[in-house]
Amino acid sequence: MLRSMQPFNYLRPSTLSEALKLLGDHGREAKVLAGGTDLIVGMKEKGLSPRYVIDIKGIEGLDGIGYDPNEGLRIGTLATMSEVSASSCVREHYLFLAHAAGEVGSVQVRNRATIGGNLCNAAPSAETAPALLCLDAVLTVAGPKGERAVAIEEFFRGPGMTVLDGEILTGMLIPPVERKGIYIKHSPRNAMDIAVIGAAAAVTPKEGGWENVRIALGAVAPTPVRVHEAEELIRKKGQTKEAIEEAGRMAGETASPIFDVRASAEYRSEMVENLVIRALSELCDS
Amino acid sequence: MGKAVVLRVNGEEYELEVKPQETLLDVIRERLSLTGTKRGCETGDCGACTVIMNHKAVSSCLVLAVEADGAEIVTIEGLAKEGKLHPLQEAFVRHGAVQCGFCTPGMILSAKALLDENKNPTEEEIRRAISGNLCRCTGYTKIVEAIKACSGTL
Repeated sequence: MLRSMQPFNYLRPSTLSEALKLLGDHGREAKVLAGGTDLIVGMKEKGLSPRYVIDIKGIEGLDGIGYDPNEGLRIGTLATMSEVSASSCVREHYLFLAHAAGEVGSVQVRNRATIGGNLCNAAPSAETAPALLCLDAVLTVAGPKGERAVAIEEFFRGPGMTVLDGEILTGMLIPPVERKGIYIKHSPRNAMDIAVIGAAAAVTPKEGGWENVRIALGAVAPTPVRVHEAEELIRKKGQTKEAIEEAGRMAGETASPIFDVRASAEYRSEMVENLVIRALSELCDS
Repeated sequence: MGKAVVLRVNGEEYELEVKPQETLLDVIRERLSLTGTKRGCETGDCGACTVIMNHKAVSSCLVLAVEADGAEIVTIEGLAKEGKLHPLQEAFVRHGAVQCGFCTPGMILSAKALLDENKNPTEEEIRRAISGNLCRCTGYTKIVEAIKACSGTL
């Protein structure tokens, strides 16, 4: 075997409270398993060796996608990327989120990878994060003391780090606000590639202008981020060509990209500017 | 510590005791001796280990055998019936879509999962469906042609 995993104990609780108890008992020695497309790779090649793997796929009620006009779009943590990208509710209301989910890995990966896992893995390049940031997603988190809601902007703490503390992400709710959005993934290959930059923008079209302007970026900072200054600028100045160009420049300056094997920091900053301009311009035209 | 699992592979039921760290790929190849499923990158990047699990193409190197408990699995060995190749296999031969052959089982299973869901895919849909299967010999054109030839006929 080329890349084998260290032995571990596999636990498959059938209720959330049982899962939280196991997580509480084993603490840092445990990892939560959803689709496994990040965790198993991590265990094979990145030296991750949890003593306990807690598979949450046996718990009922953590999957599924549904839209309610009063409540909004609810996505269970175990909804796979394939399900999110094919879901009629997602496509009807927030097509760009479906597109973002459809950009992850390959068919094989999307059939296993879950939206909850994508967020909890907390890669700066997490494919669904910029779109969910643009949609003001509210994450539902279950812990030993009960359930709490976490705004997605508060969720990420650093590469691979989230606010979860002995807790499990159970799903998310996107408020029922009408929006049009766009997600642009910039990567050398069309498939099976990690975003060098991911840029999303969304707005609520209103007579005479845009409301709820949101601009979010992936892979250009330690976490996926919103670019508030650029959003504010568009809100104030409207969607003019000049304002859009200035918003792009701001986004490029806000980004604190890394220099790595995929691209240099300078290249990333410049591409952020271009992608934000492109995203906002396309929203003007659509 | 072993876990008892039941796998339904190519219509046959196997009761096995597996270790948590064994992947579905390990079990298919080493325990069931179905070596048509290839061990490639082991990290879900190359598609050589693709099998169909509960009607979906998955990378068997990224599925724990314990997770596959109760699942319905199709490997390349499950396609030919009574000594007769599956139409996709026939088409791959006819179109010269096989060179070294290492990617072929995964490629054919990705194509089958696509055609099971979408009888008449466009070329773009075909290319997207096999974008997780790397082939270093053919340049993909003949593979796409072979899959296209099966559109609407399965």
